[in-house]
Amino acid sequence: MGATVTTANKTENTWGGGNEPMGASYGKLMMWFFIVSDALTFSGFLAAYGFSRFKFIDNWPIADEVFTHFPFLHGVEAPMYYVALMTFILIFSSVTMVLAVDAGHQMKQKKVAFYMLLTIIGGLIFVGSQAWEWKNFIKGEFGAVETKGGSILQFVNKEGERVKLADFASTLQEDRTQHKSSNGVWFDEESALPTYSVAEVQAGFKAHPDLLIRTEKIYRDTEEDRANKGLEKGLNVNKKREILNRAESERMLANATLVVEGANLTRNEYGSKLFADFFFFITGFHGFHVFSGVIINIIIFFNVLLGTYEKRRSYEMVEKVGLYWHFVDLVWVFVFTFFYLV
Amino acid sequence: MSQDNHTHESHTKKIWIVFGILSIVTIVEVWLGIIRPDFLVMTDFISMNLLNWIFIILTLYKAYKITWAFMHMDGEKASLRWAVVATVIFLVLYLLFILLVEGNYIYEIFKNSTIKWNF
Repeated sequence: MGATVTTANKTENTWGGGNEPMGASYGKLMMWFFIVSDALTFSGFLAAYGFSRFKFIDNWPIADEVFTHFPFLHGVEAPMYYVALMTFILIFSSVTMVLAVDAGHQMKQKKVAFYMLLTIIGGLIFVGSQAWEWKNFIKGEFGAVETKGGSILQFVNKEGERVKLADFASTLQEDRTQHKSSNGVWFDEESALPTYSVAEVQAGFKAHPDLLIRTEKIYRDTEEDRANKGLEKGLNVNKKREILNRAESERMLANATLVVEGANLTRNEYGSKLFADFFFFITGFHGFHVFSGVIINIIIFFNVLLGTYEKRRSYEMVEKVGLYWHFVDLVWVFVFTFFYLV
Repeated sequence: MSQDNHTHESHTKKIWIVFGILSIVTIVEVWLGIIRPDFLVMTDFISMNLLNWIFIILTLYKAYKITWAFMHMDGEKASLRWAVVATVIFLVLYLLFILLVEGNYIYEIFKNSTIKWNF
């Protein structure tokens, strides 16, 4: 017991050990140390995201246009609703955690166990939701092409609404030369085959005269932007992406080199390449924290059931994992703001 | 809250009130994020639009509520509070200042120099 729970030393023996600096037990103070360092790690990630975003402020993807899925609502644009739901689930699991801590203070074993179980379930639902979000992000919805310069071109109709590659790309009879190791450097692998080739997208674009191209660049409604002859009249809105007119669209599409569907660490159909990297790293790192939090919660849950803390006459362990769990929630509050809102 | 040994009274009511506050703040954030009112998006204040300022302030408020009510920072000694909160706030502000200024500088370079990268 002495190793896990220290009690206040009443004998004023400053150097004799058993003291609690800052009035917190050893375990709790160490948890706070860990939280401070972990908070700085996350700040590093988010600040790096801010750095890259400021660097490419004119062509950073707009989160509202990327995360538009909601379970069972196919084809319905529902920006933010799903992340909002995830946020609620995590905040609620934080509430059940703090209720468990509260019940622990009153030594109510059954109540602690019940609230811990709710917390674990909340955490699992959150991790599952994140997996679903990743799946949609990786799979993509509309598809895009990449130009020689590495920027992303998306397709819209005359109303400025997004059009899927599948809706217009034509099917061409094409031969694909297989890349054999005898014809190249040994580590070269054959490139992945997208659903449509660049030629098919270009042919389909030609066959649909009402299609236009939307670039990565964000329209700022400045003098220069208004004078830009390449932009479609009447469709461009301030702080939304630029939509090119038909002639300029055709000229841009001639530069296409790759068809991009969904996202990976190298490129994504949403825009700036770094966007997907940051999405995977920040939400992935956070998801990993939630996952390890769930594992730790499960361990503590079983300890509660076994009566370990009853024997110890202290539920401080629940308090310590509670600190970690609230911290995970706290980080999500920031990730939510800087990834989805701002 | 943690250092005294007498029996603890329940704080359940306070916890639910905090949950209510956090929910309302989140709903307001999401609602603003969906409608994105033009006058907030188009008005800038210290090189950021008002909507983003609102988001950041609400986020900091939520963070305060979580730390103080859920993590029981309100029951800790002032020395622990300062050691944790002041350290993080100072280092984060420092990091943000350097990285964001630098990011903006590189943006200007890309924009104004003769190199062409966005084609």
